[in-house]
Parts: sequence; C-alpha cells; structure tokens
Amino acid sequence: MADSTQSAEAIVSDVHKKIRAAFEAFDYESNHTVDVREIGTIIYSLGCFPTQANLHDLIAEVEEDHTGYIHLDKFLPAMTKVLLDLKFPSIPEDLLLQAFEVLDKEKKGYLEPEELTKYMTQEGEVFTQEEMDEMLTALADPEKNLVYYKDLISQLTIDPDM
Amino acid sequence: MPPARWDSTLKKRTDVTPGTSLLVIMGCGTSVATEKQGRRVETDDTVKTPSPALTMKAAVLIQRWYRRYMARLEMRRRYTWNIFQSIEYAGEQDQLQLSSFFSFMLDNFTQLNGNGPDLISQLLDPVVDPWLDRETCYNMIPVPELYTGPRLSFPLSVSDTNALLSAFKEQQTLHARYVLQLLYETKTLLKQMPNITHLSTSYTNEITICGDLHGRLDDLLLIFYKNGLPSAETPYVFNGDFVDRGKKSIEVVILLFAYLLLYPDYMHLNRGNHEDHIMNLRYGFTKEVMQKYKAHGREILQLFQDVFSLLPVATVIDGKILIVHGGISDQTDLDFLSSIERHKVKSALRFPRRSVEQLDIGQSCRQMKRLRSTACSRPSSSRSHSKNQRTPHQRNRRCGHSRQDSAASTSSSSSSSSSSSLLFSPRTPSCLSPRPCPSSPSMPYAINDLQVPFLDSLSSVPPPSPPQHDREWKQIVDILWSDPKTQKGCSPNTFRGGGCYFGPDVTQRLLLQHGLQLLIRSHECKQEGYELCHGGQVITIFSASNYYEEGSNRGAYIKVGRELVPRFYQYQVSRTTRKLTLTQRVRAAEGSALKALKEKLFSHRSELLSGLQQYDPNNTGSVSVSEWAQVLESVLRLDLPWRTLRPHLARLAPDGSVDYQSCFEDMESGISLPQVTSNLAETLFRYRTDIEIIFNIIDKDHSGLISVEEFRHTWRLFSAHLGVDINDRAIDDLARSIDFNKDGSIDFTEFLEAFRVVHKLDNKDQQFNGKMDGEKYL
Repeated sequence: MADSTQSAEAIVSDVHKKIRAAFEAFDYESNHTVDVREIGTIIYSLGCFPTQANLHDLIAEVEEDHTGYIHLDKFLPAMTKVLLDLKFPSIPEDLLLQAFEVLDKEKKGYLEPEELTKYMTQEGEVFTQEEMDEMLTALADPEKNLVYYKDLISQLTIDPDM
Repeated sequence: MPPARWDSTLKKRTDVTPGTSLLVIMGCGTSVATEKQGRRVETDDTVKTPSPALTMKAAVLIQRWYRRYMARLEMRRRYTWNIFQSIEYAGEQDQLQLSSFFSFMLDNFTQLNGNGPDLISQLLDPVVDPWLDRETCYNMIPVPELYTGPRLSFPLSVSDTNALLSAFKEQQTLHARYVLQLLYETKTLLKQMPNITHLSTSYTNEITICGDLHGRLDDLLLIFYKNGLPSAETPYVFNGDFVDRGKKSIEVVILLFAYLLLYPDYMHLNRGNHEDHIMNLRYGFTKEVMQKYKAHGREILQLFQDVFSLLPVATVIDGKILIVHGGISDQTDLDFLSSIERHKVKSALRFPRRSVEQLDIGQSCRQMKRLRSTACSRPSSSRSHSKNQRTPHQRNRRCGHSRQDSAASTSSSSSSSSSSSLLFSPRTPSCLSPRPCPSSPSMPYAINDLQVPFLDSLSSVPPPSPPQHDREWKQIVDILWSDPKTQKGCSPNTFRGGGCYFGPDVTQRLLLQHGLQLLIRSHECKQEGYELCHGGQVITIFSASNYYEEGSNRGAYIKVGRELVPRFYQYQVSRTTRKLTLTQRVRAAEGSALKALKEKLFSHRSELLSGLQQYDPNNTGSVSVSEWAQVLESVLRLDLPWRTLRPHLARLAPDGSVDYQSCFEDMESGISLPQVTSNLAETLFRYRTDIEIIFNIIDKDHSGLISVEEFRHTWRLFSAHLGVDINDRAIDDLARSIDFNKDGSIDFTEFLEAFRVVHKLDNKDQQFNGKMDGEKYL
C-alpha cells in the first residue's frame, strides 16, 4: 500500500512489478504477450473493478491491431495509469449486500439457485452457462443448495494484497 | 479458465464513486448526470418488487463482483500451480544428486553387512545380464489357502483381468507369486518387441492414447469406465510414467501388463522417465513395493527393473503420428533409435558404464587384472570376444551399425562422483579405459588411435567422439525427458536435469524428416489434461487428474481414428465424498503448495539468513521487499512470483519492509534435540527423503532398524559426498540420543521423525482450508 514516505518512483516501481507479475502468469510463451481474452482476469486480479464497457475500452487501447494479443509494452503504461488513478475501485461490502437484497425480493436471506440463475443469465452483463455453473458451485451451500449471500460477502471479500 | 465474455453491445463508460447508493453507481446506457438527477432509490423495505432498472443494476454489480472474485481465484490457482511445478522440477534435479551419490557409494562401498551383495549393488549394477533369464522361482512360492485374491493362470484370459480389476477395486493385493509370474511373462513378451511399435488404424477402430498415470488407479479405472476396457475394438497406447508418486503404482502397472499379455496387439506401452529404478527409489514405487511385499519385494523390484528397461520407447500410428513420453532433441533419429539395444539403458540417471559391466563382474575383474599385468595393447578385444560369444544375437544386431564403430572411442570410468553436470559436461574421463570393439574381434581399431595410460599400462583408444553407447543412451534419455519450448532451437533441459528443450523448428524438422504430421507426448502436467503447442504439431497428454492436489488439474486422453484427427476427452476424479466448492479446492491446493514452499524455506534457513543479512548490515531484522525476493530467488532457485506470494510467507514491518525472520516462525522440527545444530537439522530436512530411501535399502530385513555402525557409515558417506561439514561426533551423539533398543540398533523411522517439519499453525490451517478426506499424493 502506498506509503507517504515512499517516493513517487518507488510507488510506480511497485505498481509496475505488480502488473508484471500478474501479466507473466498468463504469458505462456514467455514473450511478453497474453491472449486478449485473459486481460479481464489480469485486470480484475489487480484489484480493479471495470465494467464490461471499461474493459472494452481498455482493450481497444492496448490490443495489437486485432491480432488477439496484448503486449506488455502497451499494457504496462495503460494499466499503471489505471492503478494510480484508482480508476475502477472496488465495490464496498454494503453495496454488494444491497444488490443481493434487491434480488432477494422476499427478503429470505438467501437466494435459490434458480433465482440467481435467472438474474445472472438474463440481466445486466449476462453470464454464460459455464460461468453460471461455476458460480453456483462456488457460492451455493453444498448441503442446502442455497446461496446465503450475507455470509458469502464477508467470506469471499478478497484480501487486497493477494 | 474460460475467456472473459462480454456483450457485443457497447455500454457507456461511467465513473464509479464509492459510498453512493446503488442506483447512482450504475450508468448502463445512460449518463451519470441523468442518473444523479433521476429517481430516488427504491430501497424501501415495504416495496416488494424493485423496478426493472434497479434489478438490472443489482445484477450487474453482482456479476462484476463475481467476475473479479473468479479472476482472483484463477490467479491464485496459477500461482499455486507454479509453486507445485517449480518444486517438482527442482526435486527432480535433486534426483541427480541422489543418483550420483549412489554411484559414489557403490564405488567406495565396502560391504556393510558382509553377507553377500547388498541391495544397492543389486539394484544399481545387476550381476546378471538382464537379457538372459533371471532366476525366478515363482513356482516355489506357496500361495496360502487363506489368500482370497486373484489366482492368475497363464496365458491370461479375460477372467484373469476381470479378477484383477475387481480385486484392486476392493483394495486387495495380488500375491507375490503371481506378480513375479506376471512380470516374468511380460519380460518374455517385451523381449520380442522392437524399440518402436508401429500401429495402423486400418484394422482397428479409434486408438486411445493416455498419458502419465503415476500410480493413480482411480484415474485408470475411470478411463476404462468411460472409454471401455482394452480390446480389439478399443486399442490403447499408454505413454509412460505408470508408477511413482501415486499410492497404487503396483496395481496400475499390473493391470497394464496384464492387458498387454492378454491383448498384445491392442495394448501398447511406451516407457516413461519414471520406468527407471533410480527414479523409483526417490519417488515412491520402490517404497510401495517393499511395503506391500515384505518377503519378495527385492525380487519383484529386480524384475521390474528388467521389464522397465525392455519397454518400447516409441509408438508410431500410420507412419504419421509419433508418440513418445518426453519429447525429442535435434539429435533424435528414429532409424538409429530403432536399431539400438534399448534395455541397456537401465536408468537414464546412471551414466552408461563400460559395457564390460554387462558381464559378470567377477569375471571382468579377473580379466582386467590379467590384462593389466600383461600390458597388452589390445585388452578390449578379448573382452569383446567373450561378450560376443555370450550373446550371439547381440552381435548380429550390432553389425547393423558398423559404420559408427570406427568412430567409437573412450568411455569414462564409473568412479567419478561428479554431480548434476554429469549429463551435460563433455566427458573428461578421470581414468580412461579402452572400449571393447563392438563387432567381430578381428575388426581393427580406427587408424588414429591414442595411446593413453590406463592404470599401469598403456592402451589404444580411438580418437574421442561420442561413444556408441553414449549416443544410444542420449537418444533414449532425450525421448524420455525432453520438454517442448516456444523459442526455436534445442538446449539442454537444465530444469529437469535430463533431455532437452526442443523448439518448434526441431519438431518441424523431425516430422518432415520422417514424414510425420504430429507428435504426441506426455511428461508434463497440464491443468486441462492436455495442451497443444508448436502450432498444433505437438500435443501433451496427461492422464493423472488432481496430480498436485485435489482440484489441481483434469486428466485427459486422446482418441484418433482413420482420419488421424485427435479428439480430447477430459475427466477429473473426485476422491472426497463431500463435494467441494471451487473456492475450497483452490484454497486447499494453495495451502498445500504454500506448505511445501515454506518447508523449502525452512530447510534452507541458514543460507537464506546469511543472504538476507548481507542486505541488513545493521541487523534491524528487515529488508526491502525487493531484496527479500531477490535473496529467495537466488538461494532457492525457484522461479516464482515472490512479491505476490510474500503475504503468505512473511510479515511486513510497520515501515513496509519485510520482517524476514517471520518466514521461519511457524515451523519447527518434529522433536527438539539439543545435539542437533541448525546446520545438521537443515541438511536432514533437505535430504530427508533421500536419507529415508537409503535407510530403507540398508534395512534388508525390513525391520525398521539399522545398526549404529551402518548408520554412521552411511551418514559419513552421504555428508562426504555432499560436502556438508558435519563432524562425526555430532552424528554419534545424535544416534545415541535417539531412543533405540540397547542392542545397538536405530529405529530410523523415529530418527526421521525428528527431521520432519512441523507446521505450528497446522490446526488453524486445516479449519481454514477445510480438511480433505482423500489421500494426499505428494
């Protein structure tokens, strides 16, 4: 986390290292390029919360002329700016809770898999079937097969460091 | 990880300001300004149905949050993967240390027990030529009435293989007598097989190709269940690495061999780098055999050694698809490969000794002595002569490559105890010995012979160039150990310690040269069970799911039909009865990887501390994150994202620097012994597995005890070889302090317990990670 006593260069250097580490995890050929479809994962993992539109725009900025690849040379400065400007900050827990409560019309305290599926695959930035399956596996209580969202939010809030 | 998908309809970008209400945050399709001016948030509890707009906004928020969460999880999964792979490959490099230690021991060994050749010599340097029939008295082994397992009758029939399947599903063990008989029959069959098996799809249906199994019986059974048992309709190729690491290696390999005997035309096996008795010592197969077969373990292992070295090394389908376990090198030549004697390469990790070792050692020693005393200038001719007399069929085979004979030259003595550079350094033999002429005794040496001192006489040796059997050995090692890389060229595989990294140009050239179109190999674990590279010319297929940890990866197999287009089938065995969520699986795998990594740190503590202290001259106890990462990287030599892993490994001081002592805080040794200095403790931690192997070998009667003298002797050899400075007194004190029966023997299990790393936070971790029921395979 940025320390006030750290110089600007040190902060930028740290940011660069973080971006590089995340990038390299997907750089299979060790040639500083990643498949454009993995960029979303990389950006999210760096703690950013872009909308799909945001992602689109960022990709348009950095993609190598529709080759399907993104090179670190372009990604690094663009992503550094995003991180330093705190462009896509995370969603606070209470808002997330509100969101779930909106979907939980009957205020049951949980969502049924069918309910959640309906919303996630028909509303907003829709999920694919695959994403939906994964979500249910990840979030549904294994015994009762219900999504207890209140517990989930606190359990699954990501440590910003990792 | 599925690639992120997004709608084709572009949505307007909006800025997010935290702390505002739900409605304001979402600006889908409209500008923020409009939103802010707009409606009030309908969060009134009494409202049952929120507006559609609000619902959509809520959905979007959750979707974004979830996608981000999955991305983080994916990232953690990748880092975990990196950790496991790095440690695994680093471990394989350590394997070279062990094998060179064995060479060293063998060369410096005096009989510890004096009761005939010990297991080490037998395991590493068989007295009997493996081509000849080994004495197997399986007939003499009585099978008790009470034994309820399968009683095989040879030649095998389907009822035998079915009996084996049911028995193994029910955790039964096959009786040693049948194991030996099965191995003996397998050996007989394999001797007739060429180095390269040629298959055709014209007479069969699709051929199924499976990769590494590593003793995972569940995966094999799942494949048979999904795809069918081996038969004329369902032919199989198993591409090596049947044993080691998993706990059911014996069962896996028995099934494979049984089907091989049953259907030699429909079942095909390639050798892998783990079909190697030295790898088996380290990676668990030897131990498994010794534990399951206390009385006949050694005999069984010896037969396995022969069988492994007789396994074919490659399979070709329709002359178009080449299947080998590891890969290729720029020296790979399939014609040469088909001509060599594959069984001579017993272990890739033991550099080929002079072929005189194939003879009875006693005889060769006598010959050597005689030759030396007469100072004969062509001592080798008599040796080769006798060799040729013993094995006429070998002589016939060798005539085939007489063009290479004249280039044959020296072979190095086996007494060098060099370390991991053994595989790659140009041979500088410490003691030259003349190489036996491989063909008929009357064939003259090459013209430009060198006269070199050999012991106390001079001998002629042909000029140096890669010796015949070195080349043969390299061909096989390259096939079994190489990995593909993305850059062009061919370089030694230093990561693994054997074989090469081969680039797309090497693949291209080989495929062209032999009219092939595809290379299928295994040897590397892949998250999806398979992976393509080199523009689709190379496929890696791996069939052991959950290889590193539950949930770490899928397994897969390939099917090819007449059109030669590969199709992939994936699966994943779930060993726990309780279904785990993805989060739990990732956490469990991560936890396991981090534990392994921490143990590495702990076992290199002194080195790490001295490296770190160089950056901390004032002894503040902290260094910068960069410095910390740098030291770890250089000491441990693991290419991992240290900065990202830092939170799991070390604490930060208030000023943002790393409190490096915190790395070692939550680990301690199993038993605290005052005699154990940190130096000794670390060495024992690091080489714990190796030491265990050595003890198991020395403990011939499998009592769990070795004598103090044996202990001391072994330890001295080990530390001398490693160059570790531990004085005898410390060892003696240590030995005495371990609780042992007063008859002068040491319970080495107890001894080793002292050097097991205990993770103090284990209980906490387990609650956090969710304890898994199933077996751990690392």
